[in-house]
Amino acid sequence: PCVKLLYSWKHGYLNTALLWDCLHPPPQPAFAEQHPSRRGNPVTVHFVNRDGEKITAKGSPGDSLLDLVINEDLDFDGFGACEGTLACSTCHLVFSEEVYEKLGPVTDEEMDMLDLAYGLTDTSRLGCQVCLTRALEGMEARVPESVADIRQTQDSSS
Amino acid sequence: LRVEWRRSRSEVEGWIWGRRSASSAAHQKVCVVGGGPAGFYTAQHLLKDVQVDIYERLPVPFGLVRFGVAPDHPEVKNVISTFTQTAHHARCCYYGNVNVGTDVSVEELREAYHAVVLSYGAEGNRSMGVPGEDLEGVYPAKDFVGWYNGLPSNRELNPGLDCETAVILGQGNVALDVARILLSPIDELKKTDITQRSLDALAQSQVRRVLIVGRRGPLQIAGTIKELREMVNLPDTKPEMVASEFEGMAEALKVIPRPRKRLTELMLKTAVDPPAEKERQRRQAASRSWGLRFLRSPLEVLAGPDGARVAGIRLAVNRLEGTGDGSVAVPTGEVETMDCGLVITSIGYKSLPIDPAVPFDPRKAIVPNSLGRVQQAAGLYCSGWLKTGPVGVIATTMNNSFDTAHSVVEDLTSGCLDATSAKPGSTGIGPLLDKRGVKPVSFSDWEKINQEERRRGAAQGKPREKLLDVEEMLKTVPLLGRGFLM
Repeated sequence: PCVKLLYSWKHGYLNTALLWDCLHPPPQPAFAEQHPSRRGNPVTVHFVNRDGEKITAKGSPGDSLLDLVINEDLDFDGFGACEGTLACSTCHLVFSEEVYEKLGPVTDEEMDMLDLAYGLTDTSRLGCQVCLTRALEGMEARVPESVADIRQTQDSSS
Repeated sequence: LRVEWRRSRSEVEGWIWGRRSASSAAHQKVCVVGGGPAGFYTAQHLLKDVQVDIYERLPVPFGLVRFGVAPDHPEVKNVISTFTQTAHHARCCYYGNVNVGTDVSVEELREAYHAVVLSYGAEGNRSMGVPGEDLEGVYPAKDFVGWYNGLPSNRELNPGLDCETAVILGQGNVALDVARILLSPIDELKKTDITQRSLDALAQSQVRRVLIVGRRGPLQIAGTIKELREMVNLPDTKPEMVASEFEGMAEALKVIPRPRKRLTELMLKTAVDPPAEKERQRRQAASRSWGLRFLRSPLEVLAGPDGARVAGIRLAVNRLEGTGDGSVAVPTGEVETMDCGLVITSIGYKSLPIDPAVPFDPRKAIVPNSLGRVQQAAGLYCSGWLKTGPVGVIATTMNNSFDTAHSVVEDLTSGCLDATSAKPGSTGIGPLLDKRGVKPVSFSDWEKINQEERRRGAAQGKPREKLLDVEEMLKTVPLLGRGFLM
């Protein structure tokens, strides 16, 4: 995706190809094979983990948020179980309304899996389907709880 | 001579391993019973702190990820890479081909380990409990799925597919998977890891119509939208729904949460809306059909003239009391008969007790527990379906397993469990198994079986051709059981 971005800038037309690729990724693992993003044009993302801690990472335009989590070795339990193939909902992330609007349209396939996510909100997306663009610089993404924290409500009987 | 050298080398490795484990006796030892997703996810979490040994009855790991997930859903099986990473962890050991309950008891495991986590899932079926259930041509969905997925104990199922109509009881994702596999074009299936035997049988199948029947209404179906969409889009098939069964749905749509709403909208669109021209033509040309039927409960499976094979099913017509998830199906007294030559019951898996020493709730068919801690049994835990009942996707099991692992670690560090005295772990169990003639299969042994399956599959243009026979799996492994301490 990064190479495609540069190509279209050179020729001056709207990068719909990149946009399409981001929204309709081919069914294969979304790991970035290339080296982690120390290339030009990094995009900063602030993740808020389940303990409320803020973790900042930089990715390249075109990388998905799942790519970023994998490349930067961020320790979110169980994140990205199906390796970005739209077969689970474990890369569920929650955004502010403002950021959500900038993330672009959601396909039916993504919605179908997102519908299974615990704690679904109106501003939820699957991280493997959200690709970084310059417009998302400094965005915040919250990793929601994956199951109700029943430790507070459970007593000693089952 | 070379063989001897290899054997003694692995003996030395075993000795080194034994020494390494002994010197890290600070590491507490936990045993996980069951090598499916629950077992592996529990182990993954535990490995941060302790040594974990996973015992699995079959030589091959991965449980329902291998034997339950449909062959045409390969992406769902990507979790196997995570499990493989877990198995390769320095503190993790996999022991396949060990049947806990018969080869070794849970008591013996509890003596050898600081904690034991039971994650052996649900290998039984809920039955309808109606006359005719034992007729030829009636199969639990779990067995049918096991048949096309190569589960050794379902190898000889040989379901009869020489009838036009199949009826599936239950409307969860397993029911939808079975319907899809029954009606999928063979050209699609033959690129998957479906067993060759079942592929050949399906290629000869005369089943052209599948009805998926539920006790309650459209708003209660347990299946999810991805699987329903796959039916709607299945090539060469058309939907056959009863529009009147969807009366009143459009109103109900207004007040339900998005996931249920989208699912219901898709059903409504398929059942009620007149199709666009292209879709109308597609349906007209289709040679197979599928449909959902609601508010029907099985009363009796009817035999044909020979008295031995199924020819139909008698159903009670229900009405709903209450609304939403909590609504209940109540018989109206009306009765209906459906002709069919194949009945598949997809009304739930069920856990079974494997050891009398383990508390078991026969009504709920789970091991009674609180946060994964088995009641009245210190040091015994459970995770996965055995803990919660047989509901939920892999991610659900993942979370439930992480929770149990959390409870184990909490108890080990708080002093709730006696974690200070050294326990033998596998060095205690190994000699017992050896004496009983049990040959454990290591993870690298599984990798040889895996290689062989992939090799056979490649010859057919498939990702793998599963070995269907435990004996054949064991034969694939050279020097099996040469050293328990791997």
